[in-house]
Amino acid sequence: MAPRFRLSLPILIGCIIAATALLLAAGGYDVRAAGLALVRGSFGSWYAFGSGTLVRATPLVLTGLSVAIAFRAGVFNIGAEGQFLAGAAAATAVALSLGHADRLVALTLPLAAGCAAGAIWAGIAAVLRARFNVLEVISTLLLNFVAAFAISYLVRGPLQEPTHVYPQTATIPVAAQLPRLGAATRLHLGSLIALSCALLAWWIMRATAAGFRVRAVGANPNAAAIAGRINVQRVTMRAFLVSGALAGLAGAIEVAGVTFALYENISPGYGYTAIAVALLARLDPAGVIVTGVLFGALDAGAAAMQRDANVPSVVVMVVEATIILALLAADRIRIQPRASAHPTIEAAS
Amino acid sequence: MSLSSQPAASEFFSATIRTATPLLLAALGEVVVERAGVINIGLEGVVLAGSFGALIGATHGGVLSAYVVAALCGLATAALFALFVLWTSADQIITGTAITLLALGLTGTLYRAIYGATGALLTLSTEQPLPIPGLSRIPWLGAALFAQPPVTYLAYALIPIVWWWMYRTHAGLALRAVGESPQAAAAAGVRPRRVRLLALMFGGVLGGIAGGMLVVAQAGTFAEGMSSGRGFVAIAIVVLGRWHPVGVAIAALVFGAASALQFLLQALGLALPYQLFLALPYLLTLAGLAGLAGRVLAPAALARPDEELA
Repeated sequence: MAPRFRLSLPILIGCIIAATALLLAAGGYDVRAAGLALVRGSFGSWYAFGSGTLVRATPLVLTGLSVAIAFRAGVFNIGAEGQFLAGAAAATAVALSLGHADRLVALTLPLAAGCAAGAIWAGIAAVLRARFNVLEVISTLLLNFVAAFAISYLVRGPLQEPTHVYPQTATIPVAAQLPRLGAATRLHLGSLIALSCALLAWWIMRATAAGFRVRAVGANPNAAAIAGRINVQRVTMRAFLVSGALAGLAGAIEVAGVTFALYENISPGYGYTAIAVALLARLDPAGVIVTGVLFGALDAGAAAMQRDANVPSVVVMVVEATIILALLAADRIRIQPRASAHPTIEAAS
Repeated sequence: MSLSSQPAASEFFSATIRTATPLLLAALGEVVVERAGVINIGLEGVVLAGSFGALIGATHGGVLSAYVVAALCGLATAALFALFVLWTSADQIITGTAITLLALGLTGTLYRAIYGATGALLTLSTEQPLPIPGLSRIPWLGAALFAQPPVTYLAYALIPIVWWWMYRTHAGLALRAVGESPQAAAAAGVRPRRVRLLALMFGGVLGGIAGGMLVVAQAGTFAEGMSSGRGFVAIAIVVLGRWHPVGVAIAALVFGAASALQFLLQALGLALPYQLFLALPYLLTLAGLAGLAGRVLAPAALARPDEELA
């Protein structure tokens, strides 16, 4: 085993900020103005922090959890994006069909539908892997595209707003909209739900038998099956479903808390950013809270950068990718891939 | 039925080839990569880098320079992937995802930096079809198969070449050995890391050309994220084609035909949502992957980190 060394997080992030500044300078942008806009848009004021950073961090924490739990269990779910979309669509459909429901029902039912839809969407990949040995990397990616086409159909077909002009749904009833946390910002109840989910997942992974089984299967499925008598298939399937449900919940909360309607580009790639969120947190659910807020700040700041300094916000993707690559190089993130596809035990490695 | 009319059928076959060719190029590269035991999810990024490279090349030179720059950009992207996967034995899936993100971000940023946010009206050199005398006049299929840009003929030619190289040469045998058991290959005197590096570079060049083709031979312009999942689909096609060059070619054609179905069915006047046709190739791919259950033999060392290699 090669020696492990850890790069301290501040140094890492410093290097990446420097590299990004260099890229922007090379592109002929005003780096100072861009930097100021980045800070102003993310941490510059309570309004920016609440309405920008934390509102964007909410789906990132949930999708980040989705990825972290899947990866921990050795499940390569890169389909958080599709599961997010499935959750958003289901939540919208349920919220729109509620009529005059009780407030509690109107709030919880769409979120539950989002969880279920996300779990089902991930469940397709889970069944494909368990029954047909299809690599979940490929199936979840393909399902992301199918989900995007399905949304495109829904917002132009059965769920289109009544006037049939815009490719989006009608606004969901007020009863189904998540309450704001205070009047000063756009921060909503969903952020607290995400926080609770992260803490719950942290506790489960750390202190319960179920969490131990997930970690054991992820670390070495053969050892877990032989020495631990763990039903690897069942643990894997559950990890898939929980992972999908969390991403689906993220989509539902985005609709119920932020957009109040469904449209095509409802996700600016939360499901992909989630991979960076989870990896930077070293797949630790509690850490996901921190990294989720960090990437939320980055997203919010980048939006301000585009608005005020005319810097393309896609530069955030470069930062995300660089963080993942730097972590790979420095930390040697290792995840046991696809145990079920390779049942042979690696000899004395 | 519109299939009875030659123009509709010809349009269907043309659309099939048009969709299939970039996928075929990228997948022929990836099949070599995967037979060496590496799965490059970053192929999506490689293709996109190729598209951007073609844009740069085509604005400063002709079609040839567009393809050269596209191939180089694809190569550089694949080399970055190789650096992480082969020298830090980083996880292949995560590295590939990061490479794709990086390509999306970098091409987007550079595109806006160089050409402005809206993408100024670009005039590019485009690749014109080169009908093959005689063959292109075959009824029904002739125009679709043999009145194509030259890069399409390159893709056709590569199918037997890759097959021959993979199954009839020592180098091809070494490649497959590395994909099955790097340790055994190393014991036999093959250097697994070098084989994998060369395979990845070949895959990068083909992926880059595939991306370049989208710009130069098809769209005539560049758009952010214009690879739109073709790299991912190419990886699925490799599995669907059972890691065999001829199988890959058939799988690419089937995917292309499924995409082209929308022209036929629209001509029939069926009131089905068009998104269904857009999603159909992806659904068929999933069904095809499931249908291969139990009969598929992936390279045994696929996606396994090779830190044990010298």
